[in-house]
Amino acid sequence: MASDRIFGLVCLTISLLYIAASFQIRTSFLSDPVGPKSFPIMIGVVAAICSAIILAKPDPDPAWPKAKIFGALAVAVIALIAYSYLLKPLGFLIPTAIVAGILSFQISPKKINAIGAGLGLSIGLYFIFKFALGLSLVGFGKPLLAALSLSI
Amino acid sequence: METIANLALGFSIALSPYTLFLAVVGCFLGTIIGALPGLGPSNGVAILIPLTFTLGLDATSALVLMTSVYYGAMYGGRISSILLNIPGDEPALMTTLDGYPMAKKGQAGEALVLSGVASFFGALFATIGLIILAPLLAKVAYLFGPAEYFALYLLAFCTLGGMASNNQAKAALAACIGLAIAMIGLDNSSGLPRLTGNNLHLMDGVDFLVAIVGLFAITEVFFFIESHGKDSAIGVKLGKVTIPFKMIADSGWTMLRSSVIGFFAGVLPGAGASLGSFMAYMAEKAVNKDQDSFGKGNPRGVAAPEAGNNAAAGGALVPMLTLGVPGSGTTAVLLALLMTLNITPGPTLFADRPEVVWGLIASLLIANFVLLIMNVPMVKIFVYVLQVPAWVLLPGVTMVSFVGIYSLSGSYFDLLLMVAFGALGYFLRKLDVPTVPIILGILLGNQMENALRRGMVLSDGDWTFLFSSPIAIGLWIAAIGGFVAPMFLRNLLKKPQGHTTETDLTD
Repeated sequence: MASDRIFGLVCLTISLLYIAASFQIRTSFLSDPVGPKSFPIMIGVVAAICSAIILAKPDPDPAWPKAKIFGALAVAVIALIAYSYLLKPLGFLIPTAIVAGILSFQISPKKINAIGAGLGLSIGLYFIFKFALGLSLVGFGKPLLAALSLSI
Repeated sequence: METIANLALGFSIALSPYTLFLAVVGCFLGTIIGALPGLGPSNGVAILIPLTFTLGLDATSALVLMTSVYYGAMYGGRISSILLNIPGDEPALMTTLDGYPMAKKGQAGEALVLSGVASFFGALFATIGLIILAPLLAKVAYLFGPAEYFALYLLAFCTLGGMASNNQAKAALAACIGLAIAMIGLDNSSGLPRLTGNNLHLMDGVDFLVAIVGLFAITEVFFFIESHGKDSAIGVKLGKVTIPFKMIADSGWTMLRSSVIGFFAGVLPGAGASLGSFMAYMAEKAVNKDQDSFGKGNPRGVAAPEAGNNAAAGGALVPMLTLGVPGSGTTAVLLALLMTLNITPGPTLFADRPEVVWGLIASLLIANFVLLIMNVPMVKIFVYVLQVPAWVLLPGVTMVSFVGIYSLSGSYFDLLLMVAFGALGYFLRKLDVPTVPIILGILLGNQMENALRRGMVLSDGDWTFLFSSPIAIGLWIAAIGGFVAPMFLRNLLKKPQGHTTETDLTD
């Protein structure tokens, strides 16, 4: 019950903001009868109605995982966000080994398996992508190599 | 005669060694993708699209490869259903009902062969149906103007949403989320930015591939973290595989009936393979006298859903190719592939790019025979694949997704967006909000709006134009019916799923 009420409320707020934002869309003088505003506003209105229905008639709560699992999910999300930022500067090999290892550990908490999965996936996928499929994948990023050569 | 000439053209393309090679690779990959729990046809095809695009395959080759993967995944889903009692993908759910009991009785090999043959039968039937029906539907589609297209898109949202969720409000909300995301970016008629929040990364809009890979592949990883990969248990061991000729012969009529039902379920926009296999199973159960043996390892209960699901997979290609409206989650992903390749599906595709359509159809026919060989005599190879543990598979899927999306744009922003879609997908699926309508919304949003705006230009702003033709009115009625009917049919439709959870508990 509570989950759907929160969800409905969040969606209702976003729908109303979306409608407000849609009214702000700039129109050019060369416009068709509908214009660029109407369709987004229609979508926003339908979404607001649906959110209100969900808010008023909530379904039973789903089985949410325990706090510990939410922690594991948060770790995975943070690792993936970090991966998004680091893929370019550090290249493919090092971030992939670390992030694949972290994900593996979150799925099955065995250290040796996770390290093996990380290293194996990083090196294995690199060879598949680079040599079998011919993608232009950078093993070690230029900024990383530059930083290393400076420190030596 | 025209059809035969077209097919000859198709075979001249599909039988080139390179295309043939791609079809074989696609079938192999597809069967693996289908067999692995956690990788289904929609997320499997989704993570491969960016890669095919980066490899620089031309339109026909890319389509041949991906539809082979699609067909292959439909075959492969049954392997884990039968051996592990875990559907490898959603449409294979019904196969667990009788497939796993058969495997427990020591008939795993027979069940795999029978379901492989049933899959072949269903897929072949559907491909022939596609050859006959698609050109006819393409001719009808020429009559469609903006008003009809607008109603058609609405129909797709209504039926897909109506079937996908237990709560119509949530299904409709999902479609709105997708449409709302599609509006972001430059407006195609005025050229002015809309709803971008002045973020330069959003000027081109949200790439639908980013959304698809995020919602399908990354979300799946989160679900595996939640379940700690518990589902990856090893089930029944597979003994010697023999071909049960009598069992196959006994199920001949079953396969035919199920293929017909599955094909038409697939052609309906929004229904897709899951409904096809479900309806085929229920019909088979109703027709047979020994109803009690269903659910306890009746071979017909294995043949029916597999023929139905593969026939529906082929049937779902009909509206996708002729109207540009996908009939299921996976065909939505295939539509994304077509759009990435700059191919506009619809009636004009048959006239303008016959080599694409007929090359595709011919390679589907070839893929079927390749898949029959792979899935009957060579099925043991795929059984080994099932032993890949979740803690290697899911990180691997994630890394492939990242490389795929990164190689498309080289932008960290798209990767962040993909992670955001993954997290969003997790919460939405937890709350029983279906994610397929979101994908459909992002894919079709701009076209739906364009249809509306073109229609209003033609009618000079008169809204009654939307209901001005018999076809449009028929589509509106079907859309409303498709959205409302599941509310009443729900009790009927939900029963077998309750049944599976019961068997899960007792096992």
